[in-house]
Amino acid sequence: MSSFKSEFRIGFADMLPMLVAYVPIAMLWGTLAAGKGFSPLEAFAMSALVYAGASQFVAVDMWQDPLPIALMVVTIFVVNLRHMLMSASISRHISGIKKFWHPFMMYVLTDEAWAIAERRALVKPLTLGYFVGVAVPLWPTWFLCSTLGAFLGKALGDPAAIGLDFAFAAMFISILVGFWKGPRTGAVIAASAIAAGLGKLYLPGAWYIMLGGVSGVIAAVLLHVEREE
Amino acid sequence: MTGVFAMHWQWLLAIVLMGLATYTTRISGLLLMRGVEVKGRMKAALDAVPPSVLTAVITPTVFMSGHAETVAALLTATVAFFRAPLLLTILTGVVGVVVLRWLGL
Repeated sequence: MSSFKSEFRIGFADMLPMLVAYVPIAMLWGTLAAGKGFSPLEAFAMSALVYAGASQFVAVDMWQDPLPIALMVVTIFVVNLRHMLMSASISRHISGIKKFWHPFMMYVLTDEAWAIAERRALVKPLTLGYFVGVAVPLWPTWFLCSTLGAFLGKALGDPAAIGLDFAFAAMFISILVGFWKGPRTGAVIAASAIAAGLGKLYLPGAWYIMLGGVSGVIAAVLLHVEREE
Repeated sequence: MTGVFAMHWQWLLAIVLMGLATYTTRISGLLLMRGVEVKGRMKAALDAVPPSVLTAVITPTVFMSGHAETVAALLTATVAFFRAPLLLTILTGVVGVVVLRWLGL
């Protein structure tokens, strides 16, 4: 139990900067939702149940009367498809954790929690305590601040004014650097960036993430050389 | 209708379905990998997922927003390269982007 606690603490400390960045982004989402007529309870329900920032912004943008439910569900699914790659990758690092917890762990697998957990798995086996410390506190932070944002309505300024829109990119860059293993990583990054850039320019919605993600993986497979045994 | 606890039932339905769609994407990778032996090409592919997905997610912000974002990203990467703590790295990026935007870059 004490190892759970100490691992939780380490995870919590690694994640803390993200928790701070979640606050204004969640509140901003709440104010946008309120602008579309969401009550605080509805904003709470969406942030607690969907719990996927980028796709929630997209969904609120599409919110109108009558509600295009089928189109919205498909769009959300596409925006979130990257999670499929993420959970496939993290699955290798959680085999030491009781299977019972796996479905719950995947529920809170946000980009940020996943990236931090993957980074940890490079140097140490991933434990339940560490994962919980990283992933779980972000969830109530997200839905409570969303609810608060919806409650306050338009009272909030633009996070871009204080550079907070860049906080997530900065965190991902920092974690990305930790994955550098030589020129092959460079090829993966280049393939992904070029494909994602083209996808952003020419494809609708969020297909660029999937296109970039898959292109980088294909580059890695093409460059893979089997060691002679 | 506009109270704190107001709830349109059609909206709740949409929210629940979007939640299910999202959870499906989050659990599917785990289910797909069940019983798959990870070695060779499969390992190379999965090892590439973190750098590849992270790159794809940040590409529009880093390369397609403006010079301020691109330069701030370079600054952030440089600081991260020297193994600065995460918080310091993020602060570098955030402060950097504010200053560079203020300079009109």
